[in-house]
Amino acid sequence: MAYEAVIGLECHIQLGTRSKMFCGCPAEFGAEPNSNVCPVCLGLPGALPRANRAAIDAAIRLGLALGSEIRGESVFARKNYFYPDMPKNYQITQYERPLCEGGALPVTVDGEERSFALVRVHAEEDTGKSFHPERHGDRRVSRVDFNRAGVPLLELVTRPVFRAPVECGAFLTALRRLVRWLGISGGDMEKGQLRCDANVSLRPAGSEPLGTKTEIKNLNSIGGVMKGLAAEIERQRRVLEQGGAIEQATLLYDADREVLAVMRSKESAHDYRYFPEPDLPVLVVDEAWLAEARRRLPELPWTRAARFASEYGLPPYDAGVLTEQRDLADYYEACAREVDEKLASNWLMTEVLRVLKDRGWTLAEWSERVPPGRLVELLKKVAAKELPGPLAKQVFGWMVEEPGGTGELLDRHGVRVQATPEELRPLVRAVLAENPGPVRQYLGGKSATLGFLVGQVMKKSGGQAAPQVVQELLREELEGARRGC
Amino acid sequence: MSAAEAWRLSAASLADGVRAGSIGYQEAIESGWEGPAARWEPDVHAVVHADPEVRRRGAAGSNGGPLAGVPVLVKDNLCTMDYPTTCGSRILGGYRPPYDATVVARLREAGAVITGKGNMDEFAMGSSTEYSCYGPTRNPYDLERVPGGSSGGPAAAVAYGLCPIGLGSDTGGSVRQPAAFCGVFGLKPTYGRLSRYGLVAFGSSLDQVGIFARHAGDVALAYAALAGPDPFDATTRLGPAPGVSDWDRGVRGLTFGWPANLWKEGVDPEVVGALEQAAACLERCGARRSPLDFLPGEYAVATYYLVATAEASSNLARFDGVRYGFRHPESDDVRALYTRTRSAGFGPEVQRRILLGTYALSAGYYDAYYLTAQRARTRIRREYEAAFARCDFMLMPAAPSLPFRLGEKTDDPLEMYLSDIFTLGANLAGIPGLTVPLDLSAAGLPRAVQLLGPEDSEPLLLGAARVIEVRGEETRLGRDHLTEFAWPTKR
Ligand SMILES: [Zn+2]
Repeated sequence: MAYEAVIGLECHIQLGTRSKMFCGCPAEFGAEPNSNVCPVCLGLPGALPRANRAAIDAAIRLGLALGSEIRGESVFARKNYFYPDMPKNYQITQYERPLCEGGALPVTVDGEERSFALVRVHAEEDTGKSFHPERHGDRRVSRVDFNRAGVPLLELVTRPVFRAPVECGAFLTALRRLVRWLGISGGDMEKGQLRCDANVSLRPAGSEPLGTKTEIKNLNSIGGVMKGLAAEIERQRRVLEQGGAIEQATLLYDADREVLAVMRSKESAHDYRYFPEPDLPVLVVDEAWLAEARRRLPELPWTRAARFASEYGLPPYDAGVLTEQRDLADYYEACAREVDEKLASNWLMTEVLRVLKDRGWTLAEWSERVPPGRLVELLKKVAAKELPGPLAKQVFGWMVEEPGGTGELLDRHGVRVQATPEELRPLVRAVLAENPGPVRQYLGGKSATLGFLVGQVMKKSGGQAAPQVVQELLREELEGARRGC
Repeated sequence: MSAAEAWRLSAASLADGVRAGSIGYQEAIESGWEGPAARWEPDVHAVVHADPEVRRRGAAGSNGGPLAGVPVLVKDNLCTMDYPTTCGSRILGGYRPPYDATVVARLREAGAVITGKGNMDEFAMGSSTEYSCYGPTRNPYDLERVPGGSSGGPAAAVAYGLCPIGLGSDTGGSVRQPAAFCGVFGLKPTYGRLSRYGLVAFGSSLDQVGIFARHAGDVALAYAALAGPDPFDATTRLGPAPGVSDWDRGVRGLTFGWPANLWKEGVDPEVVGALEQAAACLERCGARRSPLDFLPGEYAVATYYLVATAEASSNLARFDGVRYGFRHPESDDVRALYTRTRSAGFGPEVQRRILLGTYALSAGYYDAYYLTAQRARTRIRREYEAAFARCDFMLMPAAPSLPFRLGEKTDDPLEMYLSDIFTLGANLAGIPGLTVPLDLSAAGLPRAVQLLGPEDSEPLLLGAARVIEVRGEETRLGRDHLTEFAWPTKR
């Protein structure tokens, strides 16, 4: 029998706010253990939470971007369970009345435009971090760092809309792009800024009812999500094919060994005893706040990609690449306003992205060295054929290393572009004299031969002649020869 | 009056004397320790943490504010940096908070000095101050009897003269009932008027810090220093608290509710007599009695114990031995650490309530218990609102009986829970309640009544309390109220 997988994702997005979700401690990463803590995030007796407006605002903006409905009144809730890295032994989250409900994320899967529906998005607090027990003589000691405790998270839950691991991979890539685009999170899975748990079940292909699902945790890279899901789908398929039944369980994925291990079975499932958080009032998001959030919402990546295609005539692939990052899209548009859109796109996608990749730079690091204006100056010369192609690439290389405009760089490196008729006419005449055959062909009506002749002149000039001028001179000389015949 | 007798003064007079220079800061603080505490404290046991050196530093750091040099005993569930804060529980043994509760900080800003920490039922769960890991507090008016609870320590200390003001916490009557048993004033303010930041939570939606004093004027003085919004407590009400500077306005033209159906049965005749006497005082000063049938008590006890224990089961989850307080020494793994620490660290009443609350929130029971209780709570709140549409405030017992004997109710938790029947409604409704002491019964035990009013009616309640305090005379705010308080004598 053929089986179909049904997958739902639960993602956690660590926000890049300055302070924590319910106190004023810095939410930064990498400080001395237990240095960014206070009575609130340590859960000391008597301390009370106060909601971080910036984190709520980030949740609202993500909700708006996804087309979710934003509740005017939502409720924080306590999720109760004991864990040593959770200071209060409950987590403040949202449960019955979350901030954002519904919505969908547009995703391109294998070149096809898809949209994956969501259940909810809400803000909550992160836990601290436990370190595995160390042996101290006959005692075992575990350490806990509470710097991360209380750092704001957004929880995003999808409907069970995925049928294959590759869809989940594309979804997470798109989600990562979106949270970076909105500037609310670094979105780096390896750093735990984006985390993902997956629910997966199998059912006979074409049937309606859902099978028993298992939950996979600890999926900490997009590749890991796809591999872990593939492994679990394969495991479930084998069990079902042998006539067995799937048992509800929570599994851990070990990315190094690429194996799944059972973390807890159904019998030991938690009863979280959710109830409304009495320490926080109902979260009110009024029209003014919503309007302000909407006003600050940037043009979204998928909208921008569509506009790049229609406004600048870019192929969908180019538009997709250029909208992978917001600052890349901004950079592109700054160039495209000044020079030929396709030329700018080609140079960005090949030359600039290659430099970024080779050097491991962010676009910000790039544009600090080469702001759009500098690149535009070069591209304008290329477009006007005032610079030979190889020379333009060389100038581009110098640009990365040194300051100065295109002209300055050429001077500094002792390169003089021969661009006056007086300089170039002798070269042109020499080439015409040396190539009687092609000249005849040209005069005989085969105008494509002109390209060959231009190449010969460029070669003779040591690549330093302006191709535009060479072309004009060649035409002039050849037309003169034709009239002279 | 000599400085050694400073402990007899009201807080207002004491602060006046200190500011005028006739009483030293140090004398103002120590007077209560030298006179009355030497005499009473060994028997009463109201104080669980005290330190002369900390007091000396406190006196030196005091200022000429409205509570200049006024010693205040605060309940042991309010965080103080200079004393341990243990909630009367073994599980917080030796715990010292790294911060002051907002109300403690505001006391200090007003010039008050924390004179020590008061005994209490463990985690404020109890009505007699018998469930403390430090042993019970006794009632100074009869050492065989309880001072009420859970804030029995501060109530008893204010009664015998250690200090003119005490702070407690009131989740279902824990300030108003001990105030009645110890013959002092006890205010539970409107929910959200006093910050809960630094008050170790029991039932977060019910808890309020409350004020003990021997004089209505001192309650007003402390309320003015403490009330108001706190950015550290998101449940405090926005905007300034009602001003109490003009509180002593009498009751002329006001109507007070008289829900006599509540004390038809099961209420001590001495308590009923006190209510009649208080009503007569109010009427003599121009208030009108409005009889009303009022039955919010019907489901209030059940509602209260579901809400309070549900919240408590979650609030007390943090006491696990991982980060502070007591940790059971023989714990091989984290499960054992939790269960052994909590089994040995919490007393039986606290464990009972954690279990009740956990049950009420469990899957399959949540709707039947917690949700039903929330709906009942909304109804109770509406019943109070309806009642206050017909009267300005209400006269009520603070407790169904006079102080009971130690051990009398510890074997019967339900009996103990029912002793809160007249007080917990105010917590469910979020409204203020004020216990007003009247006099002593024939047996020499304090008799008191309770005033309830709508939200933010504290000034009005204080005005009415003043009328009762001066036995229905025309009121005037004299600052020396010496003749108005019946001091305990040793029995
Ligand atoms: Zn903090």
